[in-house]
Amino acid sequence: MDTETSARLSAVMVARRDAVLEKWTGSVRETMRGRLTKTELTRQLEDIYDALASAFGAGALTAESPAAADLLGLIADLSRLRARHGFTATETAISVFALKDALLDELDDSNATRLNDFVEFSLFVDKLGLHTFETYVNARDAVITEQSEQLLELSTPVVKLWDGVVAVPLIGTLDSARSQVVMERLLQMLVETGSPYAILDITGVPAVDTQVAQHILKTVMAAQLMGAQCIISGIRPQIAQTIVSLGIEFGEIVTKANLSDALQYALRASGVEIARPATRPATRPAL
Amino acid sequence: MDRVPVLTLGDVLLVSIQVDLEDQLALALQEDLSDRIVSTGARGVIIDITALDIVDSFVGRMLATIAAVSKVLDAETVVVGMRPAVAITLVELGLPLRGIRTALNVDLGLKLLRKTRIEAFAEPSADGRGGPAHDAPAAVDLP
Repeated sequence: MDTETSARLSAVMVARRDAVLEKWTGSVRETMRGRLTKTELTRQLEDIYDALASAFGAGALTAESPAAADLLGLIADLSRLRARHGFTATETAISVFALKDALLDELDDSNATRLNDFVEFSLFVDKLGLHTFETYVNARDAVITEQSEQLLELSTPVVKLWDGVVAVPLIGTLDSARSQVVMERLLQMLVETGSPYAILDITGVPAVDTQVAQHILKTVMAAQLMGAQCIISGIRPQIAQTIVSLGIEFGEIVTKANLSDALQYALRASGVEIARPATRPATRPAL
Repeated sequence: MDRVPVLTLGDVLLVSIQVDLEDQLALALQEDLSDRIVSTGARGVIIDITALDIVDSFVGRMLATIAAVSKVLDAETVVVGMRPAVAITLVELGLPLRGIRTALNVDLGLKLLRKTRIEAFAEPSADGRGGPAHDAPAAVDLP
């Protein structure tokens, strides 16, 4: 783009501001289907429009020039916002690309430079569109990373069931990263609480394959090395069948069908007696 | 040359390893321990490895040797205070430290030793052979 083109574009954008903006906002609003208020959308698009017009006015020939820095910042903000609010990539990109159509109608028909101007403008907006995509994808990636970290934090609590008995209720698929976190948490908890018994409850694990079994076995062995006994509980019938048909050996590791049995085992092994109170004779004074 | 101190706690010997174990030091510890077990008549040995960041196959074998030697001298060995990171590394390396009993801390180690000793004494009468043998002298004395 040369300086004359950018000056001409700037002039058109300033002169036809209201008409172009209205068209642009109108076509963007169609794709939003009411998920964004008109005032909010208008404000966002106005900001971008004005930044673009002043970038052309300041002689920005490409989207990378310093004069367009503000504009790129605004566009990045817009697409980040869209990504966070769950708009699709198309919807986000259209917010920018719709400007082309809006401006095309407003370019002076009689002017010989019309085609040239539009092509240059179009190339410029394409650059902005690429920038939008880039920011959108980055923002989405950031959201995904955040969420998986939160999931990791949330999904691996170590709870104390009794003096000397801790339990980890495992929920969801166990991959290497998660089982590493589980293992470290559990072992740390064993040291902190000095609990000689740990229960790994796998009721919430949807499937057990060799990989998952390997992770569980490693955790159990590490706990044993430290001097604590691990009990695996919550093995559902299908999982028991899978384990056997896969030929996974649990060896001497104690396995129980449910958490209650495992707790009972741990309590008995640590010498705690559980008894129901004997049925008491009616000692209450008669009313 | 440095030596690892061996403390006597009743009939239990407590060894707390605070430095990296080199060949010489490990051999000296092994000798010291067996001497002390014999001279004090200790029935249990507790080895505290809380301070160790790394347990490799050498240290693992040394611990196993100490356990075996103590066993011959009728003393049970318990290794206590292994750090989570150490346990994870040992499992990843596939070194299961066979023949070594472990406990989380010194306190639980002492409890474990006490429990094993009680079980050892209870065993003869529990399987039925100890019972009549124990009663026999009483039966002889009576008439």
